Amino acid sequence: MLYREAGDFKTSYAADQQTFPIKSERYLFWAFMAFTFLVVPFIADDYWVNSILVPLLVWSMVALGLNILTGYCGQVSLGTGGFMAVGAFACYKLMTGFPELNIFIVILLSGAVTAGVGVLFGLPSLRIKGFYLAVATLAAQFFLVWMFNKFAWFYNYSASGQITAPTRTVFGIEVTGPSAPPWAAYLACLVLVFVFAWVARNLTRGRIGRSWMAMRDMDIAAEIMGVSPLYAKLSAFAISSFYIGMGGAMLFSLYLGAAEVTEAFGIEKSFSALFMVIIGGLGSILGSFLGAAFIVLFPVLLKNIMVGYFGWPTDLAAHFQIMIVGGLIIFFLIVEPHGLAQLWRLTKEKLRLWPFPY
Amino acid sequence: MNAPVDSKSLRAAEQFQLSAHQDDIAKGDVLLKVENVSLSFGGVKAISDISFDVRKGEIRAIIGPNGAGKTSMLNVINGFYHPQIGTITYRGQPRHAMRSTEAARQGISRTFQNIALFKGMSTLDNIMTGRITLQKRNVFWQALWHGPAMREDIEHRRAVEHIIDFLEIQAIRHTPVGRLPYGLQKRVELGRALAAEPALLLLDEPMAGMNLEEKEDMSRFILDVNDQFGTTIALIEHDMGVVMDISDRVVVLDYGRKIGDGTPDEVSKNQDVIDAYLGVPHDE
Amino acid sequence: MSPVVLNLIETILNGLMAGVMYSLVALGFVLIFKASGIFNFAQGVMALFAALTLVGLQTGQVPFAHLINAVLGTNLHSFGWTLPAFAAVIGTLLVMVLFAYLFEALVLKHLVNQEPIILFMATIGLAYFLEGFGDLMWGSDVKTMDVGIPSGGSFWWEDVTLGWVAEGSDYYGMYIDRLDVVAAVVAVVLVIVLTIFSQYTRMGRALRAVADDHQAALSVGISLRTIWVVVWSIAGFVALVAGIMWGSKSGVQFSLSLIALKALPVLILGGFTSIPGAIVGGLIIGVGEKLAEIYVGPMVGGAVENWFAYVVALAFLLFRPQGLFGERIIERV
Repeated sequence: MLYREAGDFKTSYAADQQTFPIKSERYLFWAFMAFTFLVVPFIADDYWVNSILVPLLVWSMVALGLNILTGYCGQVSLGTGGFMAVGAFACYKLMTGFPELNIFIVILLSGAVTAGVGVLFGLPSLRIKGFYLAVATLAAQFFLVWMFNKFAWFYNYSASGQITAPTRTVFGIEVTGPSAPPWAAYLACLVLVFVFAWVARNLTRGRIGRSWMAMRDMDIAAEIMGVSPLYAKLSAFAISSFYIGMGGAMLFSLYLGAAEVTEAFGIEKSFSALFMVIIGGLGSILGSFLGAAFIVLFPVLLKNIMVGYFGWPTDLAAHFQIMIVGGLIIFFLIVEPHGLAQLWRLTKEKLRLWPFPY
Repeated sequence: MNAPVDSKSLRAAEQFQLSAHQDDIAKGDVLLKVENVSLSFGGVKAISDISFDVRKGEIRAIIGPNGAGKTSMLNVINGFYHPQIGTITYRGQPRHAMRSTEAARQGISRTFQNIALFKGMSTLDNIMTGRITLQKRNVFWQALWHGPAMREDIEHRRAVEHIIDFLEIQAIRHTPVGRLPYGLQKRVELGRALAAEPALLLLDEPMAGMNLEEKEDMSRFILDVNDQFGTTIALIEHDMGVVMDISDRVVVLDYGRKIGDGTPDEVSKNQDVIDAYLGVPHDE
Repeated sequence: MSPVVLNLIETILNGLMAGVMYSLVALGFVLIFKASGIFNFAQGVMALFAALTLVGLQTGQVPFAHLINAVLGTNLHSFGWTLPAFAAVIGTLLVMVLFAYLFEALVLKHLVNQEPIILFMATIGLAYFLEGFGDLMWGSDVKTMDVGIPSGGSFWWEDVTLGWVAEGSDYYGMYIDRLDVVAAVVAVVLVIVLTIFSQYTRMGRALRAVADDHQAALSVGISLRTIWVVVWSIAGFVALVAGIMWGSKSGVQFSLSLIALKALPVLILGGFTSIPGAIVGGLIIGVGEKLAEIYVGPMVGGAVENWFAYVVALAFLLFRPQGLFGERIIERV
């Protein structure tokens, strides 16, 4: 009986357009946010933060970015791993080149650099569509990974080809580097993801979001209505890459601490990101989070069950794991092609009517 | 059935006056002039050597049998196809390979033969998309939303709500358009075209596949748009009854050529037109 | 002839041969895309799976031995027989047909009328599933494949080319792998057979009808489900051929599934719906790649083969978005 909209009248267009139109939902959201900001850093242990919460947040950022491009603007990209690599390496070069720069500014700048690269590789989208474009974005993936591998300048000529995040502090607290406490990295991620999820919501509900969706749904009609394909597609590529670049920078600096390009940003990362947005829900902000949660948490869970509970050898568990993940993806596509976000919406619909469904 | 203009839309009209793109062309003067236009795809001639004009404030019908080149003509007018030969003068400015985006910005708006709505978006968002050329806030304001971007959006929402009232589709405001029945989709599409406050509105078979009642509704909307907003309309339609009733002047195409032009009465007495419709053997 | 020219010819010949191998994979993509509009990302993994099954059957491995041993504590490995190559090929074909049937019944049937992107994602899911399943069934160790295809350089050809050079130069003759020649012949035969099948048989006509318009094909009484099973079986067959060739060349292992990525630029070059396109595109990419490796690679530090094909295809697309053999797109509203 908590979830009610009766008596919750909208008297202005602003109220009609807000993110959480139902009052109880709004309260719930803010309570949850307060929990994640104020309580989680104190109660979560290092294992939870390091292997679940931080990767979850980092991948949410990436999924948000890809969802803007694929879910809202309809351009399928398989170059996510490459763009994350751009963010990570930009972050590394900025951190080592300008040691006094605040880590948040570094991450934002890394996103900006990636946005530029994204626009460059988005140019083909003006000529080609659909799967042709998807394959074309693979060119970005392979070329970028090759480039970061080949030119030692990018990894400061380190012998291993690895990049390692130096220690940086915010308000005197270490957030990156080997001795940074996990909760600090968690909070840094949380702040970034919170702010940019809000930005993504803003962008997608206004004029730009509408022009993206128009491009996605019917590009010719959109063009005739005055949506410039050049502007709509390239802005989607830029903003999407901005998010993905920040995600890559966060993955490197706040989560892994060190990275090697072929291992950390390979083609399978591009697929993971695509799975996240499809399973979570194309064209949904919430879906980006749900999808990231699913793809990050599920393997951890499976591994714990098979290795920890059944005591199977790890290679056997690994085979089972990719098999089950593959099977589940197909299962989800069959059951709900619009993703977890749609399931959530349907649940809410039911809740609104409960207990009198008719 | 409702009266042509019900009290609700009148009230809305008082509060917010929607109008056609402003320009200094007087009513009755030539708004758009098509001269000697030819268009072909590979070897196929879609349009050959057609000239006609559209005067400001009129309803101009383009008729002709299937495959006569009517839709291609609209595509040429709004810059989607570029004719190989011929000139198009819009508002006194001759233009060449103009992109359709640019045409939209200059106040040419249209609907489509096969509905081309944005299926994943709600009715409201579809119609709001029609106002994209009128919204100006840049990406940074949009990212912040609260403040100028929201104010601008709400201002345009008000205009769109007026159109929603006008077309009597209040109840489906938040429904994804993919779920709507055909007739309503056509109406939403008209709304989307109207939202751009066009100087020239192109309608490609606005009544195709409709029953009598829906046709009456649609005719009423078209006349009201022309009357209330002063919008110039060029439309393609197969239903002769409707065309003769609502249009001021008619141009008739057949096999990519113009075979008649004039008021509905003149055209219906034209021997070539009668032949084309009754089917006289062609000698090409 | 001077050795420089002969080296160039050798590079081009080897490029053409490599291209044929790419074409073999691309062919599988084209078949499925034409018939069902599905961009089948799992084609490479299907080739891997077919090759694994072939080797497994031939050497008499116990399927799922690893799993059974882990769960039941047994120590199974092999049935202890060796099948002739021919029988193993037939057995594998049956497995691929069964796979096509199951995939249609369990997955495709439920995804009719979904958007292409959803179907594409489903095939990525299938790729993951099949990869895990193949490893689980046959183990993930590298296997050698021997179905009796000759391999290694052709001495005869080396001698012939040696005769073309002036006496006394330090040229050693041209190296052509016999396996590549066999692959080229097989590819040609395959294309001819497929063309005959699609042009002159009833099933082939039905297939083309479905490719044109699902609804219309349904309305004249063509069973979409049968067609899909047939198409996926054929794709499985093509995957098997590709798997045999690639497996004989470089062993059966996970990296075999990555040849799918090599076939993608071939596809955008040749167009997704054109069988000749797949062949010609493959040849262009093969030659381009080999030439680039020799003439461009040293300039930028080598290892360009990973992305070079993509860049070529991309540059090409900018000028001809519909691919080499695709039909010109006229957009209409």
